Amino acid sequence: MKLTFPALVAAAVMAAAPAMADLVVPNMSYRTGPYAANGIPYADGFADYFTLLNERDGGIGGQLIQVPECETAYNTEKGVECYEALKSQNPLVLNPLSTGITYQLIPKIGVDGIPLYTPGYGRTSAKDGSVFEWVFNAPANYWDGASVAVKHILDQEGGDLSGKKIALVYHNSAYGKEPIRTLEELSEKHGFELTLLPVDAPGQEQKSQWLQIRREKPDYVIMYAWGVMNQVALQEAVNIRFPMDKFIGIWWSGSENDVRPAGAGADGYKALTFHGVGQDYPLYEDLKTHVYDAGKAAGAGDQTGTVLYSRGAYAALVIAEAIRKAQELAGTSEITAAQMRDGFEALEITAERMEELGLPDFGQPISLSCENHGGDGLARIQQWNASEGKWNLITDFIEPDAEILDPLIKADSAAYAQEAGLTPRCN
Amino acid sequence: MDQFIFAAEVVLNGLMTGVMYALVALGFVLIFKASGVFNYAQGVLALFAALTLVGIQNGQVPFAHLINAALGTQLHHFGWTVPSVMAIALTALVMVGLAFLIEKLVLQHLVGQEPIILFMATIGLAYFLEGLGDVMWGADIKTLDVGLPQGISDSIETMTDAWFGYGFFIDRLDIWATVIAALLVAALVAFAQYTKQGRAMRAVADDHQAALSVGISLRFIWVMVWSIAGFVALVAGIMWGTKSGVQFSLSLIALKALPVLMLGGFTSIPGAIVGGLIIGVGEKLFEFTVGPMVGGATENWFAYVLALLFLVFRPQGLFGERIIERV
Repeated sequence: MKLTFPALVAAAVMAAAPAMADLVVPNMSYRTGPYAANGIPYADGFADYFTLLNERDGGIGGQLIQVPECETAYNTEKGVECYEALKSQNPLVLNPLSTGITYQLIPKIGVDGIPLYTPGYGRTSAKDGSVFEWVFNAPANYWDGASVAVKHILDQEGGDLSGKKIALVYHNSAYGKEPIRTLEELSEKHGFELTLLPVDAPGQEQKSQWLQIRREKPDYVIMYAWGVMNQVALQEAVNIRFPMDKFIGIWWSGSENDVRPAGAGADGYKALTFHGVGQDYPLYEDLKTHVYDAGKAAGAGDQTGTVLYSRGAYAALVIAEAIRKAQELAGTSEITAAQMRDGFEALEITAERMEELGLPDFGQPISLSCENHGGDGLARIQQWNASEGKWNLITDFIEPDAEILDPLIKADSAAYAQEAGLTPRCN
Repeated sequence: MDQFIFAAEVVLNGLMTGVMYALVALGFVLIFKASGVFNYAQGVLALFAALTLVGIQNGQVPFAHLINAALGTQLHHFGWTVPSVMAIALTALVMVGLAFLIEKLVLQHLVGQEPIILFMATIGLAYFLEGLGDVMWGADIKTLDVGLPQGISDSIETMTDAWFGYGFFIDRLDIWATVIAALLVAALVAFAQYTKQGRAMRAVADDHQAALSVGISLRFIWVMVWSIAGFVALVAGIMWGTKSGVQFSLSLIALKALPVLMLGGFTSIPGAIVGGLIIGVGEKLFEFTVGPMVGGATENWFAYVLALLFLVFRPQGLFGERIIERV
């Protein structure tokens, strides 16, 4: 048989594109570049959860889920290229796993009608669904994290922070600067002194900041870092003998990767988290049977149960539940991106549902609405045990300070609405 | 008085940090000196060397994922660990082998080409080596421990506390880096000035064709220089990797070497050290004095501003060779 070039191209395109009836949930990952060590476990967890649904349940509502992967290398330009390439595959939702990429995509997704799901990252004020119609950032955002960290410190200090000093060591980027306004407001409310210590990316050299911490002796250090900045900060804190139980990282500063290089010195370091960790959940039995043992795992199998693997799987779980809700609302299993958005807005994940899904007490209940795209923003504290080489959850879920956060979110989203010429909805 | 004492601590730490920068800059200088090429891949060489060192030390099977995927095996480790000194020696050998391959597969085909062509080749090499390192050893963050001490030096803290009423912080790893860098520079300067191969290396740097015409083997010199640069990259990789773990962002330390090179000159080994010290002290003092007034995080850009200021008065850098071309 003689094949012409156009026929070959058409065949290749058809082979690469998902079948029309499949639900497409792309995995915008970074398995290469300076942040690969963090991108790989997240991408594996995300892909493995959907593989489990396909293998065990035949997809969702009888529809298989396609998870095409696009490598962003945690680079904003590449992320936007991925978006343009994935758009033609009619994705139901995108999870770009980068605050920088998220900021670039927010104006685009509104025009193209594709929901963006940014759990624990991205633009905090996207929680306000009346302005950010297509963006969802449940279950928690950066400002929730800052507030929960301060609440934990309050708890440690018997409810009084007056006269105390808290330093924020942060990645000098849009991401790292996110909690500043919240912490300034909280410092006014609780009477603690806030010191801001920016570190330029990538963060391999932080001596000035840690010398300052050694001189000024803050009572607590909160950290918003990413990649190599985490490992170096942990090592510098160990070097100056800063008490580790008074050093609290955001969830992006709280993976095994961040603490292991500092060895025994990192023992006692705390980090926020909005989900459980480890493999002691019934879900892993199903993953083992249907994914790992069947040779269908996305990675080498060495990341299961780690913090970032768990986070990737959790993101996939929330998306899967939103798909179910969207199918229910639309009365069809072949949903569109617009119907997926409706599914997100009506999403309800209760504690009982988490148990049914094999992850009891893993995540907080999520209940979204037209106004609330960010959930309740609860977070827990986990603490690193260096000798056992594992994170232990040391608190229950803690509520953020809505009295401080709600007005901040309203103000920021209103400013965006004005800048973008949007009329708030949900009335 | 307190501020003066704090500033003294900042200066000392700046000097130590400068040595760490200089360790990276040295590799660039060596290759530029011998071939007139700005080796874009120097940062990746440090990463590759550190990855190889940890891999050998931990008995990791290279290309394990690839082998397992192809053969359906479950190989990850050989089941042994290699003592640090032996692992460093074996890694140095790997770097010599790599230098040989780079010469054979890349440089040999570019003899007599414009420096920009060679520069472009090193960009390609950087991406290739980064990918090779990933496939060979994996992308996870690896803990590097070759027995170098880390953390505050108690004796210096106690001594300065007795003198000034404030104990200075000096990282023991930085002290070791300083001693090792001093030995490395002394050896390199002696090699370049007093050995036949060192003189041949400088001759090649002046003019490839002329060096060839007097019987110098360009291939040998290039393999030798890339091997030495690989060894220097290994030392830099050990120092930086001990601090942050061995991870792919290690290749970004090259960015810290650029202002050092601009300031010290691309062709001078002592220039790399002096440049490193000036940048280290300059950026730390600026951050200490001006940083709080402008919101901090001044170090990255101030290093370049400082280097540019020097360039205005000495375009060839402090110790660089002045090139006069008559037309």
